[in-house]
Amino acid sequence: MKHVISPLDLTVQELEYILTLAEDMIAAPDKYKDVCHGKKLATLFYEPSTRTRLSFEAAMMNLGGNVLGFSSADSSSASKGESVADTIRVISSYADICAMRHPKEGAPLVASQYSSIPVINAGDGGHNHPTQTLTDLLTIKKLKGRLNHLTIGVCGDLKFGRTVHSLIRAMIRYENIRFVMISPEELRIPDYLKKEVLDAQNIPYSEVSVLEPVMPELDLLYMTRVQRERFFNEEDYIRLKDSFILDNKKMKLAKEDMLVLHPLPRVNEISTEVDDDPRAVYFEQAKYGVYVRMALIMTLLGLEV
Amino acid sequence: MLNISGLSDGVVIDHIQPGGAFEIYNYLKLDKLDCSVAIIKNAKSNKTGKKDIIKIEGPLCVDLDILGALSPNLTVNIIKDGKIIEKRHLNLPEKVTNILRCKNPRCITSIEQELTHTFKLADKNTGIYRCIYCEQRYSNRS
Repeated sequence: MKHVISPLDLTVQELEYILTLAEDMIAAPDKYKDVCHGKKLATLFYEPSTRTRLSFEAAMMNLGGNVLGFSSADSSSASKGESVADTIRVISSYADICAMRHPKEGAPLVASQYSSIPVINAGDGGHNHPTQTLTDLLTIKKLKGRLNHLTIGVCGDLKFGRTVHSLIRAMIRYENIRFVMISPEELRIPDYLKKEVLDAQNIPYSEVSVLEPVMPELDLLYMTRVQRERFFNEEDYIRLKDSFILDNKKMKLAKEDMLVLHPLPRVNEISTEVDDDPRAVYFEQAKYGVYVRMALIMTLLGLEV
Repeated sequence: MLNISGLSDGVVIDHIQPGGAFEIYNYLKLDKLDCSVAIIKNAKSNKTGKKDIIKIEGPLCVDLDILGALSPNLTVNIIKDGKIIEKRHLNLPEKVTNILRCKNPRCITSIEQELTHTFKLADKNTGIYRCIYCEQRYSNRS
């Protein structure tokens, strides 16, 4: 049985299969509307999330399946002190597959060690968020037509931003990828990612503190928000949260076919005036998140049409 | 300079990361041994500036490879009749369980006490171990 805990749990071939399946779902959703009939997805969300939880639920409903679960630790037996291991043992007998979000890093891995149903990591603290990465890959493949030969700008909180870390690990498996890291000094990408991932595989990258000069080079700009919940210190959060704001003036410097992605929710790092620019694809990206989760659920359950 | 007399028979654990000697002392349960044990903290090192050293009188029957996980780059010398008869090369174990402890407050092991603390060797050359749950690098400094 396969679990998806890290974006690298899927091989490039498995990713290709899931992304192709998702593209077919976009083209012909009706074909898949009953494929999960009689199956149940458990959404175990130990911390609040709107987008991820609802997109998992929408994905299962689109496939004709049912959903059960909880949306905060307070409304689960975790509030009584139950361990993740015990919770998943019980849930395994209620559902066919589960998606887990937990504020502590590694909780979904613990669940996978005790589960008899596939576990999908729906975000564990500042660590991994593989279905966001799948969403990003589908968006890039669908709208850019390729996953190789790209200069990717990543901007904002690169220190705590798990979506960026996962995206980097996933994209370096494709040919001719270059990164431009744009962030304040304090929120630079962690050293271990540079040494053990980028340097170890000779992936070219640069680090800058200003967005404008690098805009013309980029094929993609992946914006992230500075997240309050990742900071121990409110003062640091307030000081850094407005560091980089994308507006129409900066967009004028970009290539005509550059795409702006954002895992959402945004706060103010992308000015709303950018929303009307056809290169701003973050709302389409959110839509693709449902299809890619549909494809993942179907694949992990071993279902075919 | 502090002078600790040489061993005639025993084990010298050398090139321990500064500050790491007590962890090794505790792991090896050296307090239970009825023999002389010297811990030298912050000794001068040509390679790294500072290092810790442990000298133990008499034989030591434990899996010494584990020590590499506690402090990368350490060396173990076996002393007999006042001479080094063996420089033990440590093979870093791929996985160590319940020897290193994850100190990341965001890790699931920080709230679920019954979980094993398991680390995987991430880089053979540098001896870096990472927690299998949160991928935090092991450090003997809290």
